[in-house]
Formats: sequence, C-alpha cells, structure tokens
Amino acid sequence: MFETLSDRLSGILDKLTGRGSLSEADVDAALREVRRALIEADAALDVVKSFTDKVRARAVGAEVIRSVTPGQMVVKIVHDALVETLGADEGGLDLRAAAPVPILMVGLQGSGKTTTTAKIAKRLKEREKKRILMASLDVRRPAAQEQLAILGTQIGVDTLEIIAGQNPVTITQRAMDQARRGGYDVVMLDTAGRLHIDAELMAENAAVRDACRPHETLLVADALTGQDAVNLAKSFNEQIGITGIVLTRIDGDGRGGAALSMRAVTGKPIKLMGTGEKLDGLEDFHPGRIASRILGMGDVVSLVEKAAETIDHDKARKIAARMKKGTFDLEDMAEQLQQVVKMGGLGGIMGMMPGVAKMKKQISEANLDNKIVARQIAIISSMTKFEKANPKVMNASRKKRVAAGSGTKVEEINKLLKMHLQMADMMKKLGRNPGLMGKMFGGGGGPSAAEMERMQAELASMDPSKLPPEMRAMMEQSGGKAAALPDLSKLSQGLPGLGASRGLPGLGGNIFKGFPGLPGKKK
Amino acid sequence: MSGFFKKLFGFKPAEEQPAIEVPVAVEAEAEIVVAVEPEPEIAIMAKAAEVILPEPEPESDPDPAPAAAPQAKTGWIGRLRQGLSKSSSVLSSGITGIFSKRKLDKATLEELEELLLKADLGLDMADRITKAVGQGRYDREIDPEEVKAILASEIAKVLKPVEVPFAFGGQKPFVVLVVGVNGAGKTTTIGKLGAIARREGLSVMLAACDTFRAAAIEQLTVWGGRIGAEVMSRPQGADSAGLAFDALKQAKETATDILLIDTAGRLQNKADLMAELDKIIRVLRKQDATAPHAVLLVLDATTGQNAILQAEVFSKVAGVTGIIMTKLDGTARGGILVSLSERFGLPVHAIGVGESVDDLQPFDADAFARAIAGL
Ligand SMILES: Nc1nc2c(ncn2[C@@H]2O[C@H](COP(=O)(O)OP(=O)(O)OP(=O)(O)O)[C@@H](O)[C@H]2O)c(=O)[nH]1
Ligand SMILES: Nc1nc2c(ncn2[C@@H]2O[C@H](COP(=O)(O)OP(=O)(O)OP(=O)(O)O)[C@@H](O)[C@H]2O)c(=O)[nH]1
Ligand SMILES: [Mg+2]
Ligand SMILES: [Mg+2]
Repeated sequence: MFETLSDRLSGILDKLTGRGSLSEADVDAALREVRRALIEADAALDVVKSFTDKVRARAVGAEVIRSVTPGQMVVKIVHDALVETLGADEGGLDLRAAAPVPILMVGLQGSGKTTTTAKIAKRLKEREKKRILMASLDVRRPAAQEQLAILGTQIGVDTLEIIAGQNPVTITQRAMDQARRGGYDVVMLDTAGRLHIDAELMAENAAVRDACRPHETLLVADALTGQDAVNLAKSFNEQIGITGIVLTRIDGDGRGGAALSMRAVTGKPIKLMGTGEKLDGLEDFHPGRIASRILGMGDVVSLVEKAAETIDHDKARKIAARMKKGTFDLEDMAEQLQQVVKMGGLGGIMGMMPGVAKMKKQISEANLDNKIVARQIAIISSMTKFEKANPKVMNASRKKRVAAGSGTKVEEINKLLKMHLQMADMMKKLGRNPGLMGKMFGGGGGPSAAEMERMQAELASMDPSKLPPEMRAMMEQSGGKAAALPDLSKLSQGLPGLGASRGLPGLGGNIFKGFPGLPGKKK
Repeated sequence: MSGFFKKLFGFKPAEEQPAIEVPVAVEAEAEIVVAVEPEPEIAIMAKAAEVILPEPEPESDPDPAPAAAPQAKTGWIGRLRQGLSKSSSVLSSGITGIFSKRKLDKATLEELEELLLKADLGLDMADRITKAVGQGRYDREIDPEEVKAILASEIAKVLKPVEVPFAFGGQKPFVVLVVGVNGAGKTTTIGKLGAIARREGLSVMLAACDTFRAAAIEQLTVWGGRIGAEVMSRPQGADSAGLAFDALKQAKETATDILLIDTAGRLQNKADLMAELDKIIRVLRKQDATAPHAVLLVLDATTGQNAILQAEVFSKVAGVTGIIMTKLDGTARGGILVSLSERFGLPVHAIGVGESVDDLQPFDADAFARAIAGL
C-alpha cells in the first residue's frame, strides 16, 4: 500500500537529471508527493502544509550534487527538515529538582500511560539508581490501580497503598506525603485515561497538577493515532501544560505521522518511545528513525540494533579467530546462516531497509526468504563432522547421501559448496588484512547514536534503483525456480568504508557479507 | 553523500566473483522458529498473583437484569451526534465557509478534500467524494447545505452495506472472540456486549484469555461482576489457548448461552502474537468446528491509516466477522471506517461512545454519515 517516497520521486524527478539546480516547478511536483506521503503517514494536514512550505523554501534553487538524482536530493532535504522538526534537541527526562520529583502521566484512554509509568520507573531505578514511588490516580477503570501495583511488583518498585474511595487529588497528596517521608527521589503519578474534550476530567487533571506541581508532565500518545493527534496534543498542552511526549506502540507498523503533528502543534519534545508491551520496551526518541519511517523509508537503525542484539558474540569471536587463521568451514557457514535466521530472516532484514518494501513482497512471493537459508542449513546439518570441516571431500556419492538426508538435490549442494568456497576465499583475504580485522573485531563499541543518525540520513536519500544488480536480479526472478541470492561476496567489496565507521560490522557482517556475526561488543 | 551506504551499494560488479546461485526451497519449510518475543515471564507472574486485590467495587450491580434500559433510537443518534458534534461542526463550518456564495471550482474542491482528509477518510476516499461533489456541478454556484447532503450521501453509500446489527446466534454456546491491537477497548467492549446479552436474558461466560497484561484478568472479573457473568480465568502467564479450550468445554457443560473470549492486545505486525491467536481458534475448533461463531475486531476511532493494516491482517489470521469501533465520543471522526468499508466490506456492528456499560450503540450508517457531514 505504501510506496516509498523515493520510489515516487524517482518517477517524477529522474527525468530532470543533469540540470544544475531544482526549479520551482520541479520542487512543486515533488512536494505534491511529499504531501501525499505525509498524509498517508497520518501527519496532520495543517502541519503538513507548514512543513512543505519550509521544504519548498529550502529546495527551490538548491544545487543538485552531481552524483545524486534530483529525487534523492529532494528526499534528503525533506528528511533533514523532518528530523529538524521532530526535534534534534532530543533530551531525556529532566529530574533536576528537589526530591521527591513528581512526574505526571496524562493521555487518552488506552494510550499506554500505566505501562509507560512502570517502564520509566524501571529505567530510572536501573540506570539512575533512583528510589521511586508509583501511585495510580485511576479510580475509574476497573482494576487500574491493581494493574500498576502488579507492575510495581514485577519491577521491584514501590506503589502507594490502594485505599478505596479516595479521589485523585487526595491520592496525589498522600503520594507526595509518603514520598517526602520515605525519602523517595521520584514520584510517578499515573492518571486515568480521559478525552481532551471531557471538561470535568480535564479539570480533575489540572487539580492533580496543582496538588503535586509536577516537574515533568508527560503526554502519553499512541503512535498509530490519525489526524486527531493535533487536537488531543493541543488540548492537553493548553489545559494541563505538558513538558514532553511519550510515543507508544512504535513497535507497530504505523507510519508515525502523529509524532510530527504533536511535536509541531505543542512545540514540546518527544522524550521517549514505547516499543512493546514488556517493561523494557522503552527507548530514547530517535528523530532520524521516525523521519525515515514517516517517509516510508525503512528503519535501518533498528536493523543495526537488531543485528547487534541478536548476534551471538561468543560464536562470532570464535569464528573470527578461525578466520584469522584463514579457516572458514561449513560449520562456520551454518553458524552464520543461523544468525541471519535469528534476525528474522532475509525478509525481516530487508524489510527494515529503505526502499526495499517492494522487494520484500517479491522476495516472499519468490519464496526466497527464510526457506533458502533453512534449506542451506538443512544441507549442512546432513553432513558428517568430517565433511563439514573438509568440504573438499564431497564427492558424488557423499553428495547423493546428503541430498537424500536433507531432502534436497545434488545441484543445490553444488551451489552451496560453491558459495562456501567464495566465502572462504573472502574470509581468507580479510584474515590477511590485520588492520581491517582489528577495526572490526577490536571493537570500540557499537555505532554511536550520531553515527547511526548519519547512516540513516544517507540511506534516506538512497534510491532503490541504485541497489546492487544482484539484488535486483534476484527480485526479477520469481516463481519457484532457482534465484540467485545477492552476491554476498561482491557486496562485501562495497564495504571498505566499514573500517572507517567503526562498529558497523554488526550490520555488514551478517547481512551483506558472508560473515559470521561480527561482534558489536557487549556492554 | 558518499559514505557508508554509498559504498555499500555503489560498488562495481567484480568480474572475478561470479554470482552465487542459491537453491530456492520448493516446499519443505524447515523448522526455523524466529522468536521475536520470548514467552511471558512466568516467574514474575507468579509473584504478581500475590498482590492483594481490594474488595470488588461497591458500584457493581448485583442484579444484572435492570442494567440500563436500552436507549431509544433517537437517544443514541443524539449521543452519536453529540460525540461527533465537535468534529462535524468543524467539518461543516468548514464546508459552509468554503461554499457560501462560491463557485465550485478546482480550489474549492481541493479545500473540500482537505476537510475530508482531516476526518481520517484517507487520500483515496477523500478524492472519490470530492469528485462526486464536483460531478456535473463544476463552475456552478452551490450552497453549503447541498454540499453536506452530497457528502453525507456519498459516505452513506459506502457505509450502508456494512451496517449489520450484531446478533447472538442460536449455537450453544455462541462463541465470540474479541481481537484487536493494544488498548483498543476489547475488554470494555466485552463488558458492554455481555450486558446486552444479559438484558436479553441469556447466560454469559467471559473467558480471560488475556493472560499477559497485568490485571487484565481482574479487569474482566470486575466486568463479570457488573453484568452478572461467570468469569473463567487462570493465573497470569497461563497458556491462553488452553484456557480458551477449557472455557468452551465448561460453557458447554454448564449450557451457557454466550461465551465471550477476551484476548490480549496485539499489534498485527507481530507474527508470534498473531500465531497465538491462530492457535486459540484452532483449539476452539477441536471442540466445535463452527467456533468461534463471531470474531469481532475492535478498532479505536483515533487510529489513523494503520487501521487498514489492522483489518487486513486480523482478518487474514483470525477471520474477522465484524468490526466494533470504540472511542467515538472523542474528537476523532472515525473516517477510516469509510475507507475500510470500501476496501474490505467487513460488517460494522456497533460503536463505543463511552466507558460505561451502556455506551455501546448499534452502528447506523446514515446517522454516522450525516453526523460526519454535520447534518
Ligand atoms: N505494543 C505495545 N503495546 C503497548 C505499549 N505501551 C503500552 N502497550 C499496551 O497497550 C495497552 C494499554 O496500556 P495501558 O498502560 O493499560 O494504557 P493506559 O493509557 O494506562 O490505559 P487506561 O488507563 O485505560 O487509559 C496494554 O495492552 C499495554 O500492554 C507499546 O509501546 N507497545
Ligand atoms: N471514551 C471511551 N473510552 C473507551 C471506550 N471503550 C473503551 N474505552 C477505554 O479505553 C481504555 C482501554 O480499554 P480496554 O477495554 O482496557 O482495552 P483493551 O483493548 O482490552 O486493552 P488491552 O487488553 O490492554 O489491549 C479503557 O480506559 C476504557 O475505559 C469508548 O468507547 N469510549
Ligand atoms: Mg492506565
Ligand atoms: Mg483488555
């Protein structure tokens, strides 16, 4: 359903290649598509308008850098402007106030307030060693107070004793009292969900605010919200006065235009994002990530993070050591294929890449996805230990046996062996380059946030038609017939820049190259 | 714009390294489980059970029968109007603003389209309606009332076929599975639906198959108390499919009329959670091949374009038979329902207009359309 912005723009603007700068007409044509993309992403219409005006001012007359298409140029300008609007000035929670510091959580029904309250408490407790008291002021929804109490038990954070029949303001006073007496650093106040047009309940929120004088008042809002995001954010900000926004359900596949709407209409920073039902599903806000998502350009940062998370560091190190010696046997290869599977398979990996949405569909249609990898793993696991360590011994009769054992064909085994040879060859080359190896394995942490953002920006301006021919060739092949995987070894050649951006091997290692998981280094 | 990705994708094909051919699996899905989310933390759940719950709410209605008299037809339309009033007045004052003594030209139509977009109708739908308004009226003077009427009739045209009242069938038990993303209003809607069944004199059992979220069981238990329905539950962390199976078994044994199954909120892009839903349905069918007899997708009216994906994926996985849209008492206009109806034609049974037991109203396409159009 969603075409990526670069797909669209390439159709409109690519014929302009060769001209020096973007004319007003070019920009207007492009901005119509930008507008569509933003609306499809649920960005509020008025916000879209002022945003496109800003982009227009920047884009008209902008020089098109020689090596990029005008489409890429516009996407870059749009992406940068979006990141800027979403707030490059990202800042976490501000707790610089006299203890106990009250944090008030407000929002519509079901937006995620209670869950987020517990998530924030967990984070402050673990990362900043804060003593926290949580209190639920939700006397309306069935079992709301119990919900917070249970979450408190799960994360080992105290909750205010539930006393039936008390009103929210009384509970607030009791919470503040207890926090003062008990020497707590932070008091988290979870409120009942309410509609921003419900005057009575908004007044109740205001009364609670006056009773605790919160240092942070966080609007918890669903990233899947549509055009209504402007109304709710505006109302909560005007009536209660918020200090920041928490965007929940960012783990969904919504495009997240509500982030742009709410940020623009309140001017308040988006401080955190909810990324799951679990209590560790809370992350700092990454404007670059949301910008790419709004523009339908995948989420490469997530990809990198996922790679870093999933890689089995010990195995990776072991394989790395073997590589240094120049050995890379089929066991190593199986290991590496398994890493791909762990990361959600090729489809999962590619789905997170910009401009690959279309290909993703084709991949699954071609049955390419995990099945190929699964089959390769099956082949290797049907081999004996000796065969895995010494692929050269694979003669016709051995191949027949393995084919029968893994339910595959001899040709498939031949292809696999060929692939292995090429990978091993590459490993050897790499193994002989101690400088590169040092950079890759020596570590120095994963990519920094800034590096990731930069990568993201680069990606944002990338054109899918510039994908390696192997990948495109693969996509063009459909049906059940043999299709070539992207030539992993060739892709690796494009990676010399990798040494420079330290830590990236996590990405290159697993996805593009024939590498075992290269350590992104554990913290 | 050089840098990493440029290098990554801008490589030159090297001759000495021929493309690697990889076999494509024809059948044989190997057993690779891509676990995205680990199982619920059972150890922690056990602790959670120790939390002492206060006495059941005093407000619980011990006698289910008199639970809120059904509202008159005009009552709920009034209510819906009230709910939609703010939004529709914005919409209609917008229309009035555009069309008073104005010619229907391109700019005017563009403004109309914007008004529709603001109601979450989506680009395609807004475009379609705008065209319909322009049809044969281009360059003519048109008064605002006429525009509203056309707008309403165009919306109603799309919505009319999906206006299907919800009815409890004769199967015993009649099994209703309620699904949707997190926080949409599933549990609350179950309480409201159960109340209707109770008012019709039917016996109701609620199955607390959201075994994941903290206090989801307690929440449903409170609802059960309010409407006079038995609640079947297991400790948090239990297997939801197993619970569904046992609930159906017990409902059969006790000759219960209606079994309402609450499920955990899940985002449709989470394959493992969707597989769990599929499993619930499979185990139900082991006992009754026709169950579940209704699968209701609960959609939050504030949701934007993602609702389309929700409807698509939940239908695919769970075989949704109808939609209930909640939270129409806010300023969200629920315009996505219009695009949804056109796209999937799923029956829309009811709308949620508040948090209390009687805040569920039948879906009325005309009233909905007219309310959106500000008539
Ligand atoms: N997938 C996902 N689910 C979330 C996230 N945050 C909260 N949820 C879920 O959303 C649902 C509602 O969360 P709650 O924390 O109860 O929301 P609330 O705002 O307190 O709700 P009310 O108190 O009823 O207004 C629950 O099922 C949560 O597990 C998130 O970031 N991602
Ligand atoms: N204003 C309004 N609030 C509603 C409506 N329906 C449900 N709610 C509220 O929305 C919040 C979430 O409702 P639940 O029924 O807990 O939602 P759920 O889908 O079961 O949530 P999870 O189980 O956490 O996924 C609660 O605060 C409800 O009171 C409605 O029609 N209007
Ligand atoms: Mg809550
Ligand atoms: Mg629920």
